[in-house]
Amino acid sequence: KIKNINFQISDGCSLLKNKVSGKSKRGGQSLTEFAPLCRITCTDEQEYTVFSCIRGRLLEVNEAILNKPDLLLEKPSTEGYIVVILPKFEESKSVTEGLLTREQYEDVLTKRNQQEPCLLTSICTLKLLTESLLNQPLKLKKKTS
Amino acid sequence: MLSLKEKDRPIVRKLLCAGCCVRCVLRFCCVGTSSAYRRSYQDLHKELLAFISEENSPQSHDASGEEKSSDAPPNKRMRIDEDSVTAAQTDSDICPVCLGVLQDFCDPSFAEQVSDAVKKQQYEFDSLVLTVSLPAQLSVREHSCWLHVKKEVREKSMCLGKDDVIQVKDAFKWAVQGKIGQELGAAVVANSPCEVSISFIHPETEEDCHFLYVAVFLSVSQSVFTRMAVVKALEKISEEKFSRHYPCPPKKANTRCTALDTTCLHTSVFIAGRYNKFSRELPQTPWVIDGERRMDGSVEELIAAPLLSSFRADGFNFSSSGREDVDVRTLGNGRPFAVELLNPHRAKFNRTEIKQLQETINQSSDKIRVRDLQIVTRDATSRMKEGEEEKTKTYSALIWTQKAIESPDLEFLANIKDLRIAQKTPLRVLHRRPLAVRQRLVHSMTTIYLDKHHFTLKLCTQAGTYIKEFVHGDFGRTKPNLCDLMKTDADILELDVESVDIDWPPAIPD
Repeated sequence: KIKNINFQISDGCSLLKNKVSGKSKRGGQSLTEFAPLCRITCTDEQEYTVFSCIRGRLLEVNEAILNKPDLLLEKPSTEGYIVVILPKFEESKSVTEGLLTREQYEDVLTKRNQQEPCLLTSICTLKLLTESLLNQPLKLKKKTS
Repeated sequence: MLSLKEKDRPIVRKLLCAGCCVRCVLRFCCVGTSSAYRRSYQDLHKELLAFISEENSPQSHDASGEEKSSDAPPNKRMRIDEDSVTAAQTDSDICPVCLGVLQDFCDPSFAEQVSDAVKKQQYEFDSLVLTVSLPAQLSVREHSCWLHVKKEVREKSMCLGKDDVIQVKDAFKWAVQGKIGQELGAAVVANSPCEVSISFIHPETEEDCHFLYVAVFLSVSQSVFTRMAVVKALEKISEEKFSRHYPCPPKKANTRCTALDTTCLHTSVFIAGRYNKFSRELPQTPWVIDGERRMDGSVEELIAAPLLSSFRADGFNFSSSGREDVDVRTLGNGRPFAVELLNPHRAKFNRTEIKQLQETINQSSDKIRVRDLQIVTRDATSRMKEGEEEKTKTYSALIWTQKAIESPDLEFLANIKDLRIAQKTPLRVLHRRPLAVRQRLVHSMTTIYLDKHHFTLKLCTQAGTYIKEFVHGDFGRTKPNLCDLMKTDADILELDVESVDIDWPPAIPD
């Protein structure tokens, strides 16, 4: 279980301070693949750092998970998102293509012989969000019950 | 017959000596009757010469009696003056003040040329307004000539205000508008949607204004001398300073003005109406990314195409009271829109013809339908935009729920009135909209149960509400949302706009 999520990675650098304005989202921090987003502390005192994994401009930090960290585990694909990142227009295609599917990611993990369920869900959430941000129409899928 | 006075005589003499054309002479004598300028050059010249040859005759105070002057023996002094005046002024000499604008360009042949150019562009109109554009240098020459005359006038203790002098523009229009109107079969008026523009340039003297900038503004800050700037400078500069830098009267030029091609412009015509969209694969405006078409056709193109060709317009601007996504239908009375047709070559259409246009649009495609098509004023279009922000809209949505539902589970939704929701900018538009939180109201909802996992939701909401996000929650960024209310995951499968609640444009009964 998650005890705490902290967006303050280092002294004087908190993603919570991120503030964007205008259509071109001025002021959003530029993130590289290695930029740490937050540190998750579980009840068993295990700490996990979530990294950006993609390049782009930080638009929004999900403050809902600060108040309700359980969202990350309960609703990883919807309300439990960590951040919203907007890649550069020219890079949007290469960024999406560079992402792993859930199956591919699990493959990598089994090869590494490590199980990190928390991280797994948050990376998938990252992928979902990035896709929505591209210039793609929202296809209303017919859901079969 | 010109109504020239005794006091005008020295002015006429001085201007003719300086080489001014006859119409410029009339202008500086403040002759304000338009018909005077329509008389032929030779005619006016003859009368002016006769006028100045009358010297101090107590009976004749105007030059109306050509017969009189031919009777009276011209005295010797006058004859000398007359000769020098005639020598300096022939038809082929270019007037140093108007640079030819009030000479050959006032002949019927030029008016015909202008009319032909207009006819070629095939406009339909019954009135037009003439606009004339003159080179800025003409203001300088006018000023110089006025100073020259003022000196003379002051010596006789009289006064000649610059505003009393007839403007070149006015004199020119008076000279040509009759013929142009006749050729085109239209009235030349002060205000008309159709504008015919005649422009003159004079490359030879473009540097004439240079000194003004240096003298008044102490620098040449621009390479283009705008007319406004020149006029302002002339107001500021002192007579003495002006005379130092520029000859009074103005020097003669070697070339006359050149007339640029006559241009026509018709003010925009606005057509309004309401449109329905029956396709879920049609964007409202053309969908182009990086120069590539992503989807064929658009509402605006389907509506504007027949209008463009009937009105023979150069282009159009489409606007509407809000808009819907590609995959959303617009039903009911439809959404108000307005098309601005730019430079229409034909602007007059009666009710039947507009009805016909509406039919043409409706026949052209089954993806859209147009109603209440009508010509409106530009001001009226603002009514449409106010609808975008203020009025309510009603929708019908096909909802899927993850949990199984029964009809009674939906009843509570009908009891919710004026639900306040907060919507962060939806992720799907976040790349082109600023990040913000929008407070909106869902006024009311009704439901139609379909099956365990589907129902139809009808809503009436405030303008600017994102319906799709209200249903699925947009990652929790719209709160509260339907998922919260129904305590289940839910998504929207289909959306229709049922009505756009604005009573503009006025309905046209079939």
